[in-house]
This record gives sequence, C-alpha cells and structure tokens, in this order.
Amino acid sequence: MGIEGIGARVVRKEDKRFITGRGRYTDDFVVPRMAHAFFVRSPHPHARVVSIDATAARDMPGVIDVLTGRDLVDDRIGNLICGWMIHSLDGTPMKMGAWHALEPEIVRFVGQGVAVVIAETKAEARDAAEAVEVEYDELPAVIDPARARDAGAPQLHPEAPENTIFHWGLGNKDATEAAFANAKKVVKLDITNNRLIPNAMEPRAALGVYDGAEEHFTLWTTSQNPHVARLVLSAFYNVAPEHKLRVIAPDVGGGFGSKIYIYPEEIVCLWASKRTGRPVKWVADRTEAFLTDAHGRDHISHAEMAFDADNRITGFRIDTTANLGAYMSLFSSSVPTYLYATLLSGQYDIPAIWAEVTAVYTNTVPVDAYRGAGRPEATYLVERMMETAARDLGVDPVELRRKNFVRSFPHQTPVIMCYDAGDYDASMDVALKAADYAGFPARKAEAARRGRLRGIGLSCYIEACGIAPSKAVGSLGAGVGLWESAEVRVNPVGTIEVLTGSHSHGQGHETTFAQLVSSRFGVPLDSVAIVHGDTDKVQFGMGTYGSRSGAVGMSAIVKALDKVEAKAKKIAAHLLEASETDIEIADGTLKVAGTDKALPFAQVALAAYTGHNLPAGMEPGLKEGAFYDPTNFTFPAGTYICEVEIDPDTGTTKIVQFVAADDFGKIINPMIVEGQVHGGLAQGIGQALLEGAHYDPESGQLITASYMDYAMPRADDLPDFIVSTVETVCPGNPLGMKGCGEAGAIGSPPAVMNAITDALGIRDMAMPATPEKVWRAAMRPAMAAE
Amino acid sequence: MAHVELTVNGRRVRREVEDRTLLVQFLREELDLTGTHVGCDTSQCGACVVHVDGRAVKSCTTLAVQASGSEVTTIEGLARGDQLHPMQAAFREHHGLQCGFCTPGMIMTAVDMVNRLGPDLDSATIRENLEGNICRCTGYHNIVKAIEAGAADMAALKQAAE
Repeated sequence: MGIEGIGARVVRKEDKRFITGRGRYTDDFVVPRMAHAFFVRSPHPHARVVSIDATAARDMPGVIDVLTGRDLVDDRIGNLICGWMIHSLDGTPMKMGAWHALEPEIVRFVGQGVAVVIAETKAEARDAAEAVEVEYDELPAVIDPARARDAGAPQLHPEAPENTIFHWGLGNKDATEAAFANAKKVVKLDITNNRLIPNAMEPRAALGVYDGAEEHFTLWTTSQNPHVARLVLSAFYNVAPEHKLRVIAPDVGGGFGSKIYIYPEEIVCLWASKRTGRPVKWVADRTEAFLTDAHGRDHISHAEMAFDADNRITGFRIDTTANLGAYMSLFSSSVPTYLYATLLSGQYDIPAIWAEVTAVYTNTVPVDAYRGAGRPEATYLVERMMETAARDLGVDPVELRRKNFVRSFPHQTPVIMCYDAGDYDASMDVALKAADYAGFPARKAEAARRGRLRGIGLSCYIEACGIAPSKAVGSLGAGVGLWESAEVRVNPVGTIEVLTGSHSHGQGHETTFAQLVSSRFGVPLDSVAIVHGDTDKVQFGMGTYGSRSGAVGMSAIVKALDKVEAKAKKIAAHLLEASETDIEIADGTLKVAGTDKALPFAQVALAAYTGHNLPAGMEPGLKEGAFYDPTNFTFPAGTYICEVEIDPDTGTTKIVQFVAADDFGKIINPMIVEGQVHGGLAQGIGQALLEGAHYDPESGQLITASYMDYAMPRADDLPDFIVSTVETVCPGNPLGMKGCGEAGAIGSPPAVMNAITDALGIRDMAMPATPEKVWRAAMRPAMAAE
Repeated sequence: MAHVELTVNGRRVRREVEDRTLLVQFLREELDLTGTHVGCDTSQCGACVVHVDGRAVKSCTTLAVQASGSEVTTIEGLARGDQLHPMQAAFREHHGLQCGFCTPGMIMTAVDMVNRLGPDLDSATIRENLEGNICRCTGYHNIVKAIEAGAADMAALKQAAE
C-alpha cells in the first residue's frame, strides 16, 4: 500500500475535466451536417393508431424527413427484446409482446413514440412534430398492477392472456408448507415497493452517424455498456452489422441502471442517419426522460414468516405481483425473479422459503433494473418483516436478528444463493455503537418533552452483486455471459493503458483502476490511463451495473496484469542474467532479489518493443488481455440504523441520524466507496420519504413527469451520514472485493420505514412517507388504517 | 432574429440569434461552452447555473437576449489558467462529484453562495441554499463538505490578496 496504491484515499484523476467544464457528454458532440430528431409521442395510455398525416409537418421550415413505425417495419428493423428467459411454474416460457421502436398499430403507454421528425435544428424538429397529425382510437387502459389480471381488464398483448407475463416460483415449497403447519407463531405483512424513476442527471441522448462510403455506423450514446448496445443493435434490431458499428459511450452523467438498456431512440437515430444521409442527434427533455426511461421497483407482496417457540425462523413464504409496464425491457424479467427471490433469506438462517412471483403488463412505462434491482425489494420485505415480527413477538429487533443470523460459511440458502463469507454480528456491533442504540430511550423521552415523536429502525441487508458467473446465469435464463474483459498495454516508454470493458459513469474507474496498476508495478498514477466506453478501442466487454466493476472488472485487469508481469520478469531476468523466479517488482523497478541488480520498469518496456535482446522465441511487445468469469456472486452485507423525529403537527419527518456499517471486503479507495454509499443512501431515503411515480388511474397520465411533481431528494432533505466499514475478504476473486455501488439504496428504505413506524406506533405505511401520510397517522390513528 | 452582445468569461461576443434562443443554448451552441448543462426543463435542477453580472442565474430559463449587455461567467471561466478556483479545488479534494453532470452548476451556485452570504457557512445554511441544485450521485454529503472548505479557502485567498 503506497500513497497512491490500493487502500489509499486518492483524489480522482477524472475530476479535473468535470470541475472545469471540460467533461464530454453525448450532447456535447457536434459533427458536420448534424440534424436533430424530435419524437411524436402518444398522449394516450392505450390506443389504436388510425392514421399519421405528416403532410403539414413536411412543409415546415428545416424539416428533412418524417418517419413512422410503418417505415421502420418496411426497413425490417427488429423488435425490442427482453434478454432473460423466465419459465413459469407450469413450464411455459414468458409471454413477450411485440415492441417496435416506433409503434405502427397500438400504443400501450403515454409517451410511446409513433413518429420522428428529422430537421435542421431541434427547435424546427419540435415545431414540426406538433404539426404531425396522429389520429388515435382510444382503448381502455389498465394502470394498477393489482387489477391487471382481473376478469374483463383491458388486454395489452395478444401473446399474454390475462396480462400475465409469467407465474414463477423459487424455493422449497413442501418444506415451507410443513414449516407453517408446525409454526408456533406466524407473522403476516402486506407490503408494496413503490415505483421509482431513476433520474440520472444527464438525460439520455444519442447521435447516430452513417458513413455511406464505408457503409459504417457510429453511435454516441448515454450507455453503461456500449458493447452490449452494439451487440443488441446488430444481432436483434438489425440496424447495422456488428463489425460496421462503433458505439461510443463518452462521459455519461449517471446511470443507476436506466442506461443499461437499448431504447427506441438509439435505434431510430442510427436508422434515420442512414435513411436521411445526415447525422441525427436526439437529446431527451427531462419530461421525456420521465416518460421513457425504464422505471424501477413496483411490487405488491404478501409475506408470512413462521417462527418456533424460541423465535427462530422456520419458514418464509412470499407472493409478489411485479409490474413490468407495457413491454418487457431488456433485463426486466430477471429483476423480480433471480435478482429478487434469491435474496429472500436475508442475513438469516431460514430452512424453508417459497416465493411466487406473477409478472404483469400494465399501460405504464416499462420497468427494469434500477440501483439494486430486485435486492432492494427483497431487503425491504425481509427487514420490514423482521421488525414487524419483533414487535409482534415482543422481543428486541436486535435480539431477534441476532438469534437468526447466519454464522457459518459457506451457507447454502433454500433460494439458490450460497453465501461465501460474512460477519453479520460485526457490522451490527459497529452500527449499534455508532448509533448509540442503548441511549435511544433517553433520546426518545427527551424528544417527547419537545412534542416530537422519535423512532429508531434497523435494516440488516445482504445483497448479491458482482454479477455473475456466466454458466450460472446462463442456466437461469440469461441471454448473455457476465464475465468482464481487460487489456493492459505497456507502451515503449513505460506508461500504461488499461482498456476495460467496464464503463464509468460516476464510479471513478479512472482512479481506482489506476491505483491497482500503480500498486502492482510501482508506477505513478499519472503514468496510467484507463480507456473505456468505445467499441473501436476496447475489446468486447460487458459494462457496468450490478456493482460489478470492482469484483469482476478489476479481476479481469488483475489477470491481464499477471500476464504482463510474467513477461516483464522474463525479459528482466534475461537482461540481468538472473533466474526469472528471483525477479521482484517494486517502486517501478524490476530487481534481482537480494542484489543491487535492477532495471527500471520503463527500460524493460522499451526492451520489449525494440526486440533487440529478448529471450529466445519471445514475441516482441508488452501487451496482454484477459477475460475473467467470476466463480460466484459476491455478498456485501451490513447494518443500517435510522433515527427519525416526527413533528406530529406538520407530519414532517426529519432524519436526525443515519448510520451505515458495510462489509464490502477489500477496498481500493475508501473515499470513493464512501461516496458510493452516500449516494445509495440518498436514493434509498428518497424512496422512503419522497419519491414515487404516480399515474392517474383513470387517464393513465404520469402525474409525476417533472421535477415540479416528482420529489427528488435535495440537500436539505438529507442528513450528514455516519458511514464505516468492516471487512471480511471475499474468497471468490483475486482482490477479495465485494461491491459497494448499490448497497446504500438496497439497505436504507426499511431502516427509514422501521424508524417511522416505530415513532408512530403503527404496523406499516406505504412509501413514500409523505408529510400528509405521516400527519394523518400521527393525528388521526383511526384514519391511518387505510 | 435578435442581436445579442455580451461578455463571456472576459471575451466580447456578438451574434444574431433566433429570438427564443435561451442563454444556455447560446453558450453551448454558439460559443461551444458545453460545461453548462441542461438537466431539466422546469428550472429545478440547477445544472445550467452561470453568473450574470456576478449573480447566479439559471441559464435554461433566461433568454440570451435578456443577458445582452451583461458580463457572463461560466464554469470554463472560473479558473485562472491552470490555477483552479478554490471552490473547484475543494470539490475535487472532498469528492464532491461523481458523474460530474451537475457539478458545474453546483460550483457556480456554491461560489455565488459565498459571495452572497460570506465564508462562514454552516452545514444547514449550505443545504438550504442548495435548494435549486439537484445531484443524484453524491447524496450531497461531500458537496456540503466541499462548499464549507471552498468557502474558507475563498476567504483565505481574498485575505492573502488584501
């Protein structure tokens, strides 16, 4: 560990361009002859497209072309697909309805595109879009997922009777039934996980360029995974052949899952660039982002937990309805299934679990992975249940959790996951101490004297990230492998470029990945460049999501570094006339152990490229690549403790303290890890207190489609966070890392809601806990049972 | 068409633009100053904050022609050559940014906050005065720390100059 190596709090290399306004995001790119796209979108949640008349629009100033879904179908552009196959309990495959990038026949959510105007300027495209006359024949819509399967409910897709995509199950059903039959006590809870809108601060954007001479396409896009975008655009959407398509994801302003997927607009920009012979740029307005970015969460669940006489959990059963919106987004089917039910054992030793999930269509924006993706939904269910059970059983919530903690590893749960390492008591101990849990009753009494209701809530989360072993996910239905790639290029002067398949959109890879290289060879951070986000530069890679860049992406770099080191040692041994096994690398030097014979790293690199004096048979050059496929998920875990004070007169909830104690395994840069936790906590607290996508159940309009209506967490909604880490090394990867990107968002909502329900003395409150709901619960307990 | 003539980061510029051109469009599209961002369309997120005659303004809801005759400073104009403004340096030092998209607006707002309220800013004041700026990455924790430190560094620099 040096001042710049693994474990050091290094300030970020990438920051200089961001703090001086020199970041380069997709909308910042301008190419010659660039035209602008504006989409004509459905104002109805469900309607037949009777006709589209673009005559007047075509005559508007600056208009180059108006394209519709018919043109798209005529050009054989493929339908959008979901890349993860789920089979129902009866063995039938999931029911995927057809989704066109521009819809020619039936629109199924407000905001769905039916046509696109291409014009010289964005303003001209927008003006002309208003002149496109679309005649719709309105159809009845279903918005509420709880009503989607009702007899007589409007049907979205002929492929999916009763709007049911799949009815899936996981666990040991018979054992679970037996556990409940023998239970001493059963605790029941009905719970919803509110629908969220991701809201990366940079709206999605795309710039498609077609080069007729080379028959080659380039797409600049706001993507977390440019190679996957290129693969899907070519293999499924038929827009361009893979070897003739370059996808560039430059600086990307946040993703949180919403920029994993390949959306209609990227398809249309590429397709239209060839149709019109002009580069085509599209940049979402914020309202378009609300109306078209994949939403998150949206579960309705009934859960029951069985206990024995000693308060040990003997069984857990869950029935969940998951709203996937109007179409199946790219990885939507995996979220309420293998990323959700596999975590329903939480940190606890539960011998029997049975989960059933019904996924339904509604006339709403498609739902897919959003920070945490399935694990927040599981954690919310488990940790609200644990708190509720403690209250019902009359035991301290800390003691109930401790009684049921998993303490021996590896631990096989009944829901696929095998936890490799952890120490749940350790993170609990750290959190309880930091939160002064023992002092809470006195603080509650003091608050009561001021007329405030004070509550405390815990959440002991576990999540599975570093997604994931390719063979395992393949057997569960994934259409892709989830390995990662890296290439390490040592230049003749000894500087190093690392080309990674991971993609940074805020995570700081340019710094942490460079710290790894710096640690390994003792070269300064400034001599290391991390290259990512361009399919013409970087070998195929899988991108960044599921907190995988450390555990999977950096492991690939380690593998490539191993190969570079081995070759460099061979060269040094040859030049120093020593045995390869005696060569050590430290402080930028290769030396013969126990002697003063040494060569600077740069000199070895130069020797590799001059080729004048290499070991017999060795190829010149110093460049190595690697693909790393993980052997297991990693299992970050921790304890969060939230303390709130409620003003019963106004319903205002103030978070007076928030403590996080996380186990992320080995940490490369604590400063960046803390930042990831802070951001995750803000999103989780946002879900609990502020955020929620609201559709008008009658009109199907998204009410929360701007920052005037969707309550984003602002600085004065949040406290300073008290964060710390404990460490159990992950045995599954060479650096011992877990993953820190999503934990905050996964673990925090139940801590907040446990604290609020504790303060109010109520069983449950649907998130977000707005002042109105809290006020009603505080002032009128009789009315709060809604 | 409207005639717009103003000083941006110390440079005089003159353009004929469509009447409806927003200041942010003028900066980004006419002058290629792409550090100023558009994150929303309701004047809520603050990614577009610049200084007009020394005061923080949301350039997404200001017409370019309204700023005509003014002195505009954008994020690109804050540093002096390679010498970062203390607030820029503080954001880097305290990890007050992740994806960087809201950062230019945050920094311009922070500098304005110190100009308006002085350098002795407590956490509550900073949080309250960030009401018009949204960040989705950092949870604000480190932004608040950065502004506290940047404010102190601005005061120290001013004192050293006097």
